[in-house]
Amino acid sequence: MRALFTVFAKEFLENLRDRRTLVSALLFGPLFGPILFGAMVSRMLNQTVIESDEPLSITISGGERAPNLERYLESEGVRLHAETLSESAARERVRKDGALVLLVPADFAPRFEQARPAPVFVVADSSDSQTRKSTDRLRALLAGYASGIAQLRVQMRGVDPLLAVPIAVNEIDVTTPSGRAVVVLGFMTYFVLFSVLMGGLYLAIDCTAGERERGSLESLLSLPVARGTLVGGKILATCAYMCLSLAINLTAFVFVFRFVPLERLGMSANLGVGTALEFFAICLPFVPLGAALMTLVASFTRSYREAQTYLTSVLLVPTLPIAFASIYSLKTKSSLMVIPSLSQHLLMTSVLKDEPIAAADVLVSSGCALLLALVLIVLTARHWRRESMLG
Amino acid sequence: MIEAAALRKRFGPVEAVREVSFCAGNGSITGLLGPNGAGKSTTLRMLYGVLTPDGGSARIDGLDIRGETSAARAHLGVLPHAAGLYGNLTGRENIAYFGSLHGIARRPLAERVSELSRALDMQSFIDRRAKGFSQGQRIKVALARALVHDPANVILDEPTNGLDVMAIRNLREMLRNLRAQGRCIVFSSHVMQEVAALCDHVVIIGRGNVLAQGTLQEIRERSSARSGGQPGGSATLEEAFLEILGETEGIA
Repeated sequence: MRALFTVFAKEFLENLRDRRTLVSALLFGPLFGPILFGAMVSRMLNQTVIESDEPLSITISGGERAPNLERYLESEGVRLHAETLSESAARERVRKDGALVLLVPADFAPRFEQARPAPVFVVADSSDSQTRKSTDRLRALLAGYASGIAQLRVQMRGVDPLLAVPIAVNEIDVTTPSGRAVVVLGFMTYFVLFSVLMGGLYLAIDCTAGERERGSLESLLSLPVARGTLVGGKILATCAYMCLSLAINLTAFVFVFRFVPLERLGMSANLGVGTALEFFAICLPFVPLGAALMTLVASFTRSYREAQTYLTSVLLVPTLPIAFASIYSLKTKSSLMVIPSLSQHLLMTSVLKDEPIAAADVLVSSGCALLLALVLIVLTARHWRRESMLG
Repeated sequence: MIEAAALRKRFGPVEAVREVSFCAGNGSITGLLGPNGAGKSTTLRMLYGVLTPDGGSARIDGLDIRGETSAARAHLGVLPHAAGLYGNLTGRENIAYFGSLHGIARRPLAERVSELSRALDMQSFIDRRAKGFSQGQRIKVALARALVHDPANVILDEPTNGLDVMAIRNLREMLRNLRAQGRCIVFSSHVMQEVAALCDHVVIIGRGNVLAQGTLQEIRERSSARSGGQPGGSATLEEAFLEILGETEGIA
């Protein structure tokens, strides 16, 4: 017991003095997610808000040929800037400014009067996601105008205009505000799990491959201390850094969410201190699992560099179940609670959605993570008992 | 006291140690001498318990290294071939870490580390981070780390490798002091001068077997007797060594 604590204290202290570990475990790892997330979500939200609230603004050329259309668009709140442009000039303008141009060609009026399809050109750059939204809105407005005209024409010829509307399409969007928030916040849970692993990454390397590379491993192994105790102390120290990283990460998230205008979209971003504490509790069983996994993988490597290579792929392991779940859009189910990382993701998502959480789900989630952690710790200790550990 | 009896170890197809037996007594320095790859390190590694022998047995102060591993290790101080320090810990912390793992309580441990610091003349650098240590400083701390639990037996694997002349002289001095304290010291080397300068008892190992053992004098005499020279004659240790190896390696 005392040896366990000795190993733990030494690894904790030694890494506290290592700048590389500190930067990666307590700075880069935990802050990367919240900063990226805050910046990304703010930008995404601002865009959505702009797109739905701001009036559509287009440049129209040859508008005098279609005064009714102009009036219709203006009545729908579109800002029109009249300007006479040739087709190539319009292209040039779109490419340069990212503007949206509506061209009414000379044959519009005669064809319209003959009730032949009258051409208009929408000049836009579809690779620009922002103008693509505007283009969609303009296209919908034009279609609305066209169908209104069509109905009038049919009616004037004594035909019931409803004959021309064989299907009435109704869309019912069931996205709720908090549901929409979850789509946005969905990948936040991965950042949380990422910070947990990043917190222990360098420790796991330093305690194993680092020990071997420094040449201190053989001295350590010749001591009258059980290998399981050595492994245990090292994994414990790794866990401690992972918890620190997680705590910093959640604090940063709480802080970032103060500044992200989620509520402007009617989303409930309930990431306060209470939620953060719940997140911490949910992720806690994942900590020893991650620590044991990284220590085990690093134990097989010969050098710092090699360990780094392998452990970076370990960082991606928790994404797999989450990605799988989102591809197959799995709903929270008790049977999924047996899969670590996925179960943490689902539980955290439930907390974000303000859904009730079953105590059994929490138990299964924690139990499975801890059980797997135990298996990995035993495997690591067994590997350390092998002669090949000397390298 | 370290006794090895018919130790044997193979790694896959390679028979690293075929049969090594020797006895290293208290208050003396025993040198394992042999060319690279002769099985010296493997033998020592079996003695300090990081390799398990395939056959044979060994005792440290009468404690079986296989049955009573922990107890045997507690009687042993080890300076392995790669004796790296923790760069982010001070010299004192490096030594204390091992002491604590040996189960020494905090206060006696602090005293013991200070005592070692004086004995090995480390006061000027012991509280600095090990990162910046010179070779000589590093070997002192590593040796202190091996001695922190005051073991009666000390094993050193190629301790002079990579050391400069001053550091080697210091190390010799330290080993003689340990002998004077009545400890049993076993070290390996492929450098004849080291063995000649220090050892009371020499074990010559080649291809995993003990080719000869005895005092320096005995080995020299045996060699000159074989080559038809005068008993107690002029054969140097180097000549004796080459001749003994030559019997098996065919280089004589």
